[in-house]
Amino acid sequence: MQQTRKEHFALVWRFLKPHVWIFALALLFSMLNTVFSSLTPQVVRTAVDCILGGEPFPAPVQAALAAFPQAAGSPITLLLFAAGALLLVSACSGLSTYMSRMQTAKGSESFVKSLRDALYRHIQRLPYAWHVQHSTGEIIQRCTSDVEVVRNFVANQLLEVFRTVFLVAFSLFIMFSMNWRITLIACCFLPVILLYSGFFYSKIAARFRTADEAEGDLSAAVQENLTGVRVVRAFGREAYEVERFDKKNERFASLWIRLGQMLSAYWGVGDLITGLQILTVICCGVAEAVNGSITLGEFLAFVSYNQSLVWPVRGLGRILSEMSKAGVSIERVSYILRSEPEEDLPGALTPPMDRDIAFHHVSFAYEGQPVLRDISFTIPAGKTFAILGGTGSGKSTMMHLIDRLYDLPHDCGTITIGGVDIARISRPYLRRNIGMVLQEPFLFSRTIRENIAAVRPGASLEEIRAQAGTAHVDEAILEFSEGYDTIVGERGVTLSGGQKQRVAIARTLMQDAPILIFDDSLSAVDAETDAEIRASLHKAKGSATVILISHRVTTLMQADCILVLDGGCVAEMGTHSELLAKNGIYRRIYDIQMSSADRDLLAEGGKDPGGAQTEERGRV
Amino acid sequence: MGHDEQEYTKSFEWASWKKLLPFVRPFRKTILMVLILNLICAMVDIALPLFQRYAIDNFIEAGTVEGLVPFGLVYAAVIAAQALAVILFTRGSMRIEMKLGRDMKRACFVHLQELSLSFYNVTPVGYLLSRIMSDTNRIAGMIAWNLFDILWALFYVLGVFVAMFFLNPGLAAAVVLIVPILSLLTAYFQNRILHWNRRVRKMNSRITSAYNEGIMGARTSKTLVIEEQNSREFETVSGEMKTASVRAARLSAVYIPLVMFFSSLTTAIVLARGGSLVLSDLLLIGTLSAFTSYAVGIFEPIQQIARNIADLLSLQANIERVMGLLEEEPLIRDTPEVIERYGTAFEPKRENWEPIRGSVEFRDVSFRYPDGNEDVLHHFNLKIPAGSTIAIVGETGAGKSTLVNLACRFFEPTEGQVLIDGRDYRERSQLWLHSSIGYVLQSPHLFSGTVMENIRYGRLDATDEEVIAAAKAVSADQVAAKLEHGYESDVGEGGDRLSTGEKQLISFARAVLADPRIFVLDEATSSIDTQTEQLIQQATEKLLHGRTSFLIAHRLSTIRKADLILVVRDGRIVEQGTHEELLRRKGYYRELYQKQFAQEAQQAVIAG
Repeated sequence: MQQTRKEHFALVWRFLKPHVWIFALALLFSMLNTVFSSLTPQVVRTAVDCILGGEPFPAPVQAALAAFPQAAGSPITLLLFAAGALLLVSACSGLSTYMSRMQTAKGSESFVKSLRDALYRHIQRLPYAWHVQHSTGEIIQRCTSDVEVVRNFVANQLLEVFRTVFLVAFSLFIMFSMNWRITLIACCFLPVILLYSGFFYSKIAARFRTADEAEGDLSAAVQENLTGVRVVRAFGREAYEVERFDKKNERFASLWIRLGQMLSAYWGVGDLITGLQILTVICCGVAEAVNGSITLGEFLAFVSYNQSLVWPVRGLGRILSEMSKAGVSIERVSYILRSEPEEDLPGALTPPMDRDIAFHHVSFAYEGQPVLRDISFTIPAGKTFAILGGTGSGKSTMMHLIDRLYDLPHDCGTITIGGVDIARISRPYLRRNIGMVLQEPFLFSRTIRENIAAVRPGASLEEIRAQAGTAHVDEAILEFSEGYDTIVGERGVTLSGGQKQRVAIARTLMQDAPILIFDDSLSAVDAETDAEIRASLHKAKGSATVILISHRVTTLMQADCILVLDGGCVAEMGTHSELLAKNGIYRRIYDIQMSSADRDLLAEGGKDPGGAQTEERGRV
Repeated sequence: MGHDEQEYTKSFEWASWKKLLPFVRPFRKTILMVLILNLICAMVDIALPLFQRYAIDNFIEAGTVEGLVPFGLVYAAVIAAQALAVILFTRGSMRIEMKLGRDMKRACFVHLQELSLSFYNVTPVGYLLSRIMSDTNRIAGMIAWNLFDILWALFYVLGVFVAMFFLNPGLAAAVVLIVPILSLLTAYFQNRILHWNRRVRKMNSRITSAYNEGIMGARTSKTLVIEEQNSREFETVSGEMKTASVRAARLSAVYIPLVMFFSSLTTAIVLARGGSLVLSDLLLIGTLSAFTSYAVGIFEPIQQIARNIADLLSLQANIERVMGLLEEEPLIRDTPEVIERYGTAFEPKRENWEPIRGSVEFRDVSFRYPDGNEDVLHHFNLKIPAGSTIAIVGETGAGKSTLVNLACRFFEPTEGQVLIDGRDYRERSQLWLHSSIGYVLQSPHLFSGTVMENIRYGRLDATDEEVIAAAKAVSADQVAAKLEHGYESDVGEGGDRLSTGEKQLISFARAVLADPRIFVLDEATSSIDTQTEQLIQQATEKLLHGRTSFLIAHRLSTIRKADLILVVRDGRIVEQGTHEELLRRKGYYRELYQKQFAQEAQQAVIAG
């Protein structure tokens, strides 16, 4: 516990340290503000006692008045002086409020900016395996809500605690110097108020969470209903859906109503305690004033100091209990920052990449499940190599291993490029030299142009269009009203799966890499376009080594070598005709995908002129 | 949720607010109670400085403590009464907020169940979600709290002025002068603060989506090695956020001390003017102290009024958004006669439903999409006997779903009729038809919950045995067997934990359980490996047996067995016939087919 506290503090300190002077300044001005504000009741007190009540002025005031001998005699002028003093004090305290607020804002925004930047940068550098293990929503929540809690903790709560403690100490000091008996009585209530609100907020925290979760539940239910609207309609389940919604909606409402009952009791009783405290101070003050221990002016000053004390203390109780929650958020944020990022070993190599790629006895397990079992093969440089295999046969894993999205553990074999173990090659260098198109590529919500030029932001439009042309997406892009400047994704146009894949291909081509990997990246494109793209890729690839993964035999058959992966092992390997002759898995899949009956029909149709029936076209 | 942050520029319109009345009406008693309680609170707040005045004038100035005990008791009683009022009114407000929010959410949700699918095609889910959740929450919260805050503050300020004029009209007049200054000041700053806060919120959602992209696109960023570039871009966004936040903070940093200064100015005026009155014995010192309290006390309520009114006016935008949704007309509606006989989607009269056999006929149907400008079907005729299988083929985006949308009555013909079992389907209720349709989508949608629950969605009263039997019929039992808890495994939100192929099999099982007379299958294009695809094909054959089926087919190999193939091109049906007929005819189908299999055909010929 002590240990984690220390860690939490270390994390906050790491980001706070560069801005600590701003915070110190904020605190200083806020203290000044307290001091200035405390002067107001003193001015009122002096006015009431000395100007209206005829008592002698306190020494410092007398000294000040000595500078204006002509005014000292007239009470009206003195009253104007008092009013002027009030304004002066107010101006000073206003100025320090402004300064303190500005410094707080600057400090906390700088703090939170450096925290956000560090998180983003770190997340970018975390290994792919980490990303697979953690859900996006969860990480985003840590980077947004939890960061907000931490910011609130540093910017508001921490400063507020300092501020309140100083305010209480300072006010009590003045009050004690005026009359210790009433101050003591006033003090009796403070711990009660503090504990009352602190205790309440720590008790109610769990209920707040439940109620928030209920809202999340309701929101998720609505979202699911809306995204699944076709299913709901198709099964005629509207009434059932409304019934389910009602339950969640009712639960959300009733949880908050119950929470409201507790809150209202808290507020009411809190008001009562506060009010009684003020009442007690007034009554005691009256008694003291009547027996002459304090003057009327002092009574008034006393009452106003007391009032400026009660509310911050009540707030303090709440803040203290909420601060305990910040620990959880700090932990959630620091969990991300603690995770080990990808780091190149010192002396990482940058060997030539246009060489043979070889797997040597590679085995790989994912979450305890073996995916690849003792695989060995070589992909010759400059050739086109195709891989066929069922879902979960390990094809994509192999590609991830080549790109070092996953690292091979020790004793699990090696992958070499030109004889160099890729584990010794610098990651950025390796990846820059491997152009990989994923099956479900991600496009950033920027313009299409920026997306394609992601690896070379300075590229000219001609270059970009040339690559888009190779990927057969140039025409489709020009059809958008903004052409290449069309924004895609969340804030823009939604591209179809096939368009996305083609844009991703163009983007990868911009890399001009000696190794190209297409991980089933034409799956959403129709067969015709698929063939056209492959043809133009073949022309554009130059001397690059190409690895193709696909389910379509048509896509695979022209490769120089086809590898059939089954259950994590190499089942067959060879050219299309070799594999057909083998009568193995490849042959079976080939036969399923192409019915021989159709081939006959096509052959027959080719000879048959067909004739009259074509007219029907277009009539329907 | 890009739609979330719309600006409101429109002026106040009572018509929009009036639409809230039906929702507020059920709570009029609670509202009245809260109103009265607020009045009581305000009155106590006004009375408190008078107690202090009494204490000064009657005890301290008089030099006696006689009557201090009854004074304390009355004071305590008043505080207790106020505490009670606070408890009751916050309870009331919370009840109003939650129940009002609940009712509005429900109204939106129910209405959304009736809206046509064409509406969903053009409306993002996030947009709807923010209407149902955030907009209603804000409306309810503002009505239940801010409205009463304004009323409380109004009572209070008015009451204070009445009290002050009663105590000393001259001094009161001096204080009144401050009100317009403060109101203008608050209104001015409030506007700007609101504006900047909105900017900050916008930046905040940009930050969130930047994280979202950074995480979702992590793999892509790694393969492209653009991590550094992304980080730098993020720093620009977070820098803008910082600037906006500091700007917003500067406004309050100026506004708050200004208000404080004016508050002191009032106190100063009261002190100078009131003090001289005291000196000339025209004012008791206790009254002066009450005045000072009032002069300080009215500042917060006046600011509150200005702030809340600005907030409340901005509520109009939320109201318009919610009401706009509720006023959205469903494109397809059952006629009153149909509802009379067959019931609504929520209260069906199943006893009057005729059993459905499943023959479908398009009679002279013309159709144009609501957002389109030309007919995609023109006097189209087609008779589909019950039990036959219709395959619809064509390239992506050729408009293959149109016929299905019409047959399922997701859209209605612009002209002509669609007859089910020989009768125009508009003579029956939508639910009647939809209850008899099994629909499996290209990207099948599952609901979060277990495999069992998802399959049972097809028929809610099915027993576990029936669910399992349905799963077995389409090999979905293999999916369940692979999962840790079998049928009781959670499939995750939207079925995320399953692959597309697995989801497809489960949605087949769901359709089997529903045992529909008409079956629609939008075949998956996404890459499912050949083995799973075979399972799916076998399952499809079982499903189709004995039902009228529409297959939107992307793979020609899966539709050879169809009774009729409709070939769609550019939104129109260009050919129809069986696989064999169409191949023999040298038409577009043959062209399509050859494009896909040209190479294999060649090779086969060479090999043969």
